[in-house]
Amino acid sequence: MNAEVLSLKTGAELALAETYAAAKAKLPGDGRVAALREAAFRQFDDTGLPSWRIEQWHYTDLRALMRDVRPLPGAPDAAAKARANDAGRLIGDMDVRRIVFVDGVFVPELSDLQNLSPGLTIRPMAQALAAGDPLVAAHLGKVVATEREGVVSLNTALMRDGALIHVAKGATVEHPVHLVFAATGDKPASVFTRSLIVVEEGARAMVVESHDAAAGHQVNTAIELIVGDKAHVDHIKITAGPADLVHISSLMAAVGAHARLNDFAFNIGGGVVRNQLFVRFDGEGTVASLRGASLLKGKQHADTTLIADHKAGGCQSREVFASVLDGESRGVFQGKIIVRPHAQKTDAKMMTRSLLLSETAEADSKPELEIFADDVQCGHGATAGALDEDLKFYLMARGIPEVEAEALLVQAFIGEAIEGIEHAGLRDALMEHVVAWLRARGG
Amino acid sequence: MLEVKNLHVEVDGKQILQGLDLVVNKGEVHAIMGPNGSGKSTLSYVMAGKPGYEATHGEILLDGENILEMQPDERAVKGLFLAFQYPLEIPGVATMTFLRTALNAQRKARGQAELSTPEFLKLVRDAAAKLEINPDMLRRGVNVGFSGGEKKRNEILQMALLQPRLCVLDETDSGLDIDALKIVSEGVNRLRSPDRAMVVITHYQRLLDHIVPDVVHVLSKGRIVKTGGKELALELEARGYAEYQDEAALAS
Repeated sequence: MNAEVLSLKTGAELALAETYAAAKAKLPGDGRVAALREAAFRQFDDTGLPSWRIEQWHYTDLRALMRDVRPLPGAPDAAAKARANDAGRLIGDMDVRRIVFVDGVFVPELSDLQNLSPGLTIRPMAQALAAGDPLVAAHLGKVVATEREGVVSLNTALMRDGALIHVAKGATVEHPVHLVFAATGDKPASVFTRSLIVVEEGARAMVVESHDAAAGHQVNTAIELIVGDKAHVDHIKITAGPADLVHISSLMAAVGAHARLNDFAFNIGGGVVRNQLFVRFDGEGTVASLRGASLLKGKQHADTTLIADHKAGGCQSREVFASVLDGESRGVFQGKIIVRPHAQKTDAKMMTRSLLLSETAEADSKPELEIFADDVQCGHGATAGALDEDLKFYLMARGIPEVEAEALLVQAFIGEAIEGIEHAGLRDALMEHVVAWLRARGG
Repeated sequence: MLEVKNLHVEVDGKQILQGLDLVVNKGEVHAIMGPNGSGKSTLSYVMAGKPGYEATHGEILLDGENILEMQPDERAVKGLFLAFQYPLEIPGVATMTFLRTALNAQRKARGQAELSTPEFLKLVRDAAAKLEINPDMLRRGVNVGFSGGEKKRNEILQMALLQPRLCVLDETDSGLDIDALKIVSEGVNRLRSPDRAMVVITHYQRLLDHIVPDVVHVLSKGRIVKTGGKELALELEARGYAEYQDEAALAS
């Protein structure tokens, strides 16, 4: 029997087991962390890589898409660090405090750990794991339970470094924290980063994470986020990288009462990208917007899957995603709003829009509502279509060539989504990416 | 400047224009009047190159060159401008961006340098002021939240900026109150020049009190059935289109 079960594992799954077995003694963390890794790995070993048979992965059959596994990376060299420095420019000229990770390892000489605003503490995760940091002991792996999420388990088993960010009660972080994740090593590698962000009651912070990669990398990144009562958190994630990049990202957030969470995910690269968000509303009166935009071309595949779990009542959530799909790309959106029995007066609305620029692109949208309370306002909508020919004609009738007319309309489409970002500098930086993407398309 | 010869146009497999002939010399303003369904808007769209409006016979010559095979933007660069009956709303594209992109695209296509930001802003502000357009509106999405009158003024603003040589105005008076009609007509009249021709398409004579045409044509069932001076418009206003509908029926 055992042999038969083993034979059902894919080469990638077997390779991951070997990787874990070889690496576990060297991975950072005390005994408790080692136990957490071990339990997580066993869970992964049970479920394996998610396949289409699992509903939440129906459109992104990772088991089939990830045929082989890259080895864990070595220490980053000077060239990889230089490339990482460039990767930080994904967000334009914003005045930020940068924390840089190259191939999943914190690089102090590229980072700004000094002169952080009062109340803000940042510690590399590898260090925090090794030192048995109390925040790690209290929260890591516990923020939002994700059952049978093989990729999260895998992340917990193999996590190496990342950021541990703490914002003290009532503190306002002046400059956004920019986590630069650069998988820029020469050799294709599997990179596992794990971060924990704890924003205490009444505090305010903005965290921008940007991901870029060199050829052939596989990235599995996860962030756990705790938003305290009356806290205000802006979290923006930008994903770029080459067409052979596999990028799996999980955000697990628990949000307190009367808080604000603005989340925006911007995808502009990668071969297979999965962005999953698990957001739980633990306290009343919170307002959250979970938004995002993707620009895909070629054979790119990007999947956004989110669960907004309204456990407490009186919260408002808005889930708005837009994707522009060209070539043979495929954009997947799965969104589930859960309203628990006592979460009365929940106001949740979800909208996904896809703009198809070619006949061969594909958009899959699966919005779901699971409502167990009776006094709620919930809704969802999904649209998919080509560019409006009448609008295109109107623009062309004014002398604007077809490619430029299309570009204007695509910018307008994505602009509507990007408008939700409060930070003007970041909005401009993202719009520049859109313009560059369109220029590449036209040329 | 404009010669339309034996133009037949099909829309959705239906023959709308059936042998339309029209000659407009530069400096002239021609009015095309006709009942609903006579093909007035089809004529404007086929001139501008709207997809789905297929010329099955005939040609449209602009300065002797057949424009039927050209893309809409190429026609615009050649100097054709259509003021839409129903200007479209484009959320997310600021009016300023739209105007600037259009103007610079045309300049570029003609081998002229693009306008600098200050040059462009001055041009737009002056033109907008003449049409009593509040500059704040230009920051909004194209025609988004504009009233019917504001949309039409925005069309004339585009016309003033782009300085076309042939202007086609499709039912520019529809949806306008008397004050807006005056502002729009004055805007159009300011653009009358010996080098520019205009084709004013309208159902009612009212607009022609303000934009006085040199020639009036009656369009019925896809062809021009009568041509006369400006007094023809008054005649139509008094007597209606009934007799021309019969005339076209007899002719076909």
